[in-house]
Amino acid sequence: MPVVLWTDALLYLLVLMALIYALRVRRREHLRAPWRRVMQSPVAMGAAVVLGAYALVALTDSLHFRPTTKGGGHGEVISMLDYLVTPLRIQTEKTYSAPFATHLYAKETIELDDGREVRGYPRLTYGGAHLSDPQAQRTGDILRTSLRALTEAALVSLMLSLLVLTALARRCGTSLRESLRRVLRGRTRVPWRTLLGTAALLIALLFLLVELSAKYHVLGTDKVGQDVLYEATKSIRTGLIIGTLSTLVMLPFAILLGVAAGYFRGWVDDIVQYLYTTLNSIPSVLLIAAVILMVQVYMANHPESFESITQRADLRLLFLCIILGITSWTNLCRLLRGEVLKLREVDYVQAAAAFGVRHSNIMLRHLVPNVMHIVLIMVVLDFSGLVLAEAVLSYINIGVDPSTDSWGNMINSARLELAREPVVWWSLAAAFVFMFALVLAANLFADAVRDAFDPRLRRETA
Amino acid sequence: MIAYIIRRTLYAIPILIGVNLITFLLFFVINSPDDMARMHLGAKRVTSAAVEQWKHEHGYDKPLLWNEAADGITKLTDSIFYSKSVRLFVFDFGRSDEGRDIGYDICQRMWPSLAIAIPTLLIGLLVNITFAMLIAFFRGSSFDLSAMVLCVMMMSVSTLFYIIGGQFLIGKIFNLVPISGYLQGIEAWKFLILPVAVGVVSGIGMGTRWYRTIFLEELSKDYIRTARAKGLSERLVLFRHALRNALIPIPTGIVAVLPLLFMGSLLLESFFGIPGLGSYTIDAINSQDFAIVRAMVFLGSVLYIIGLLLTDISYTLVDPRVRLQ
Repeated sequence: MPVVLWTDALLYLLVLMALIYALRVRRREHLRAPWRRVMQSPVAMGAAVVLGAYALVALTDSLHFRPTTKGGGHGEVISMLDYLVTPLRIQTEKTYSAPFATHLYAKETIELDDGREVRGYPRLTYGGAHLSDPQAQRTGDILRTSLRALTEAALVSLMLSLLVLTALARRCGTSLRESLRRVLRGRTRVPWRTLLGTAALLIALLFLLVELSAKYHVLGTDKVGQDVLYEATKSIRTGLIIGTLSTLVMLPFAILLGVAAGYFRGWVDDIVQYLYTTLNSIPSVLLIAAVILMVQVYMANHPESFESITQRADLRLLFLCIILGITSWTNLCRLLRGEVLKLREVDYVQAAAAFGVRHSNIMLRHLVPNVMHIVLIMVVLDFSGLVLAEAVLSYINIGVDPSTDSWGNMINSARLELAREPVVWWSLAAAFVFMFALVLAANLFADAVRDAFDPRLRRETA
Repeated sequence: MIAYIIRRTLYAIPILIGVNLITFLLFFVINSPDDMARMHLGAKRVTSAAVEQWKHEHGYDKPLLWNEAADGITKLTDSIFYSKSVRLFVFDFGRSDEGRDIGYDICQRMWPSLAIAIPTLLIGLLVNITFAMLIAFFRGSSFDLSAMVLCVMMMSVSTLFYIIGGQFLIGKIFNLVPISGYLQGIEAWKFLILPVAVGVVSGIGMGTRWYRTIFLEELSKDYIRTARAKGLSERLVLFRHALRNALIPIPTGIVAVLPLLFMGSLLLESFFGIPGLGSYTIDAINSQDFAIVRAMVFLGSVLYIIGLLLTDISYTLVDPRVRLQ
């Protein structure tokens, strides 16, 4: 039985909007030109592939349903991703175990076959359970499995490359060999070499993880024995939702108010300026804290309005997005107002006004399309900051619900583990790597988009 | 000038009233004091008598805006809005939900916050500007490119990791300085050096990139070309001409953040156990002490507005081209 969470719906709405935007861009040369410039940047395209992979995970993780249990009832709400990685989800150990470990991290009293009891590290229930003598076999087994995974990955990558090459060859009307030569030398307009290279890397990583995690806990397990790889993967959705929805939730307001303030000036301008100065003057962390505390109080006092923990956590995530949106909205509004103040004096707007075009039409047809590049730049630039902010907020306990998987929650629960002997480092490392890859890709992509869309900047660097 | 300052100060008043109204709405209207009491007492075993008792102890048992029971002016003053929100304007923060005097706590905790924030700001500025100058000097070279890549990578790491990494490396493995804690007086430096270092390092990526952009913008101006045409060496052009002009926006930038330094750094203070205002805020959020959060929201906005005012004034001071309007 499908379950549609609020954030799921909004995320897919966002995908729909992106598709509509892409279709619009295809038909308009002046919009295509800056995007073409983005597409020609190898760094940006490499980053885009990584972002795409993250988005794919988040989207599969955003299709929720209740599986029908054997008795005909409905179980917990799970997502498509949960279903796909079921073994990872249900194969939990007792407590910590290191990456690729076969034994538990903590000593326990184990009962031997002959009834004696000894203190030692017990074998894991799932990690490396297929090995009879872990000490001797483990390294070999890992290597063999990795090799198989890499071979499969290489095959898939080759097929993908062949597909792309054939398409390229057909489009340019050259032979397959010629297009291969061009791609290898980086002589294509779109940097296919980088694109395919990044894709191959990601495919290799995917196969390695799939093959290895079937037998081991690749990134270890956390305090309650949950697989860290699973947690980190689930956190991708949270990170992406915070990064994208936060700006988009408040986007209509920012555009409406910013454009109206710049266009009408006078008292409208005064009110809008007052509004954003006031909101801006509250330190954002404190505003977020205040709102989230209030949401917490409301949720604690109205437990009956939420069907399940998942839905409650989801609503809190949505509120977090909204309040993050409110704190970052003011900046965009100010920029839009400034730009519209300049634009409204431009001849074509004056001409439209002289022809008696209605205010709403002038704003919609002449002003909004011409400030959209600012909106786009801001959305892209804000993304990485928001992903980073999520981690900090979760650390202060005003972020996402503690039951939601997120990198912030992972860091929060893992930071005391560094004080243990031996050090439990894998949760932190996993959160670090997953977050770093996403934020770095987003930063690089955002830089390319800004350079392509901001004409002022381009002139300066040229 | 004085007229300008007065006008700007007057302009701040409606904003503060707005902030006050927002906090009032958030803390008392969306959730009634009853909800707060239930939250504090625990949702399960709460009786209406206990709720009343809690509200009475914390002064939340008055009407929201208008007290019908009282007479004269106290109709207005004997209400939650007056006693909890309006009193903030004279910096009377009242008592926290635990009964401590918030105003006294803030005065006490301000100094450790400043002891971290000021060195972090100044050293950070020095380091960032030095790096940016260096990179701008070698602009267009592979050094520039690799430094920029490094900056983007440093920007992509969450501050949390800088703090955790710093504590783990310096504090635990090398045992150079204590991991957390604080001492009054001159001994404090031992506890301050690591947080300040972490604060500086975590800001390098963003800061260096920012100042590099400023320098490059400055270097593309006409007077620089003139200086080069006169035959001045690149070093002289950079240090004597570009640096001085590029530094104009920097003091105004500092002035804008100066008041907010009082608020302290939330993360640094709470990780390193420094009893400043940042950790005060975090503790209040964690223990759901609404009175403190409300006080800090108001204090933060006042400081922000002072920062705005100072920025505008300092603009007119450093750059005579900006006229008072």
